Amino acid sequence: MTDLTSLTIAEAREGLASKSFTARELTDAHLAAIEAARVLNAYVLETPGRAREMAKAADEQIGRGAGGPLAGIPLGIKDLFATRDIRTTACSKILGNFVPPYESTVTSQLWRDGAILLGKLNNDEFAMGSSNETSCFGPVVNPWRREGSNTHLVPGGSSGGSASAVAALLCMGATATDTGGSIRQPAAFTATVGVKPTYGRCSRWGIVAFASSLDQAGPIARTVRDSAILMRSMAGHDPKDTTSVDIGVPDYEAAIGKSVKGMKIGIPKEYRLDGMPAEIEKLWSEGAAWLKAAGAELVEVSLPHTKYALPAYYIVAPAEASSNLARYDGVRYGLRVPGRSIGEMYEDTRAEGFGDEVRRRVMIGTYVLSAGYYDAYYLRAQKVRTLIKKDFEDCFAKGVNAILTPATPSAAFGVGEKGGADPVEMYLNDIFTVTVNMAGLPGIAVPAGKDAQGLPLGLQLIGRAFDEETLFSLGEVIEQAAGRFTPPRWW
Amino acid sequence: MSVDAMTVRRIAQLARIAVSEAEVPHLQGELNAILAFVEQLSEVNVEGVEPMTSVTPMEMKKRADVVNDGEIPDDIVRNAPATENHFFLVPKVVE
Repeated sequence: MTDLTSLTIAEAREGLASKSFTARELTDAHLAAIEAARVLNAYVLETPGRAREMAKAADEQIGRGAGGPLAGIPLGIKDLFATRDIRTTACSKILGNFVPPYESTVTSQLWRDGAILLGKLNNDEFAMGSSNETSCFGPVVNPWRREGSNTHLVPGGSSGGSASAVAALLCMGATATDTGGSIRQPAAFTATVGVKPTYGRCSRWGIVAFASSLDQAGPIARTVRDSAILMRSMAGHDPKDTTSVDIGVPDYEAAIGKSVKGMKIGIPKEYRLDGMPAEIEKLWSEGAAWLKAAGAELVEVSLPHTKYALPAYYIVAPAEASSNLARYDGVRYGLRVPGRSIGEMYEDTRAEGFGDEVRRRVMIGTYVLSAGYYDAYYLRAQKVRTLIKKDFEDCFAKGVNAILTPATPSAAFGVGEKGGADPVEMYLNDIFTVTVNMAGLPGIAVPAGKDAQGLPLGLQLIGRAFDEETLFSLGEVIEQAAGRFTPPRWW
Repeated sequence: MSVDAMTVRRIAQLARIAVSEAEVPHLQGELNAILAFVEQLSEVNVEGVEPMTSVTPMEMKKRADVVNDGEIPDDIVRNAPATENHFFLVPKVVE
């Protein structure tokens, strides 16, 4: 039974249905793996009691032939999703021991379909970060290491706990969120598959808000098929989120293995950066060659405003964050630092509760929205955002089905290596992913190879709005060609 | 554009985050690094471009104006640092 954790969701689903093992056995195998991997710091809360209760219920349902599509599948949940009666912190001191009396829509749909909660996963504080080093619970460690080295590497962020746990076989799949690359960048750093759905595809209700016009929930899994299975349960209209779109959820799994013959794949020339590592360049051409071999047609496309996406993001996202995070005032929940006046209480609570990166972003956001600067910064950034979206629309109007790019400008780096002196150094991690959030489009990161040091690298596919299915079909082609990558176990 | 020390203190105050004098120079440097980075946007010709207000072209959904939840005061105050009889307690606001 030791191998149960290495199964894919699709394989486990079969094993459970054929009674080769029980949900309880599958859950216990994962709980044991989590216990043995605490050095990775992927989980900030383990919930074995809840997991075994849910496994028992799943076994009963499967026994009656009434199991849902995810019956008995153990998952990890990013600590940004509110889970009823289970501590939810966004990995910020300011939420302290917040225990939600409600469940996020996305997680409630996973439980509806029979999935099992193993625990809450680490992330950058309020999802602000690209290395999972800003969490109040400390950094997450990537299960991947450079060949011949013991240096701890970051798993990327902000969904670093999700990516690390999936890669290290500490759950079969995980929920994650993506505001500028927080699903796809950690997926690329850990050789996992990460899907950032179209804005409006998954409900944001019950997810701790960072930048509401950009935030979107999605899965991280070990195969493209598994990510499609999870997506079907996570997606769907929710009246409680006014930006959730009321259209049907397709059977994403049916897109796996579908022919990509005749599809037009755009290769955007603006993503070819000066000084881009030769390995990334090579990976990109290999990916294009695989798609071509599967019958797709490659076309060079232009997305002229690409270079402005990241600077525009660093106005829009902090502005929305400063507004969203105004709610943390020490009155209704979370941390309170007592003060002589209410003003002093607010200021001391927020100084004590927010970490450095969150404070920086709240302050930048406050500044760009303040009187006299709104037009120069925020309004201009929103206009640039319109242009970024138009770049993609023009490209898709020419018949392009999807766009292929590298997922990240480098492989995983060491803990403490980046962003110490200049915060912008860390921000550049999201250079290839952030355009997708600005335009509200779907994107998928698929493992595609390794660099010279043996670290995984990923490719990104960007699709038309609400056409995640094409991304699953194309992602499967890359996965079939590149193979799957598992980190050697050292923990 | 860049911010001076006084502006950093003013932003901190607007954001309701206590910042000590010793932290100001460091914060000023970080904020200016970010502002220098976003400065590139001034190169873009945005004349006649509409600012984005909704990334998906959809009409704002409206709910019926009815009470559909409530009577859960225990849940509402359950996580509060200080409460009394289902009220949130704060330091004295009005003298």
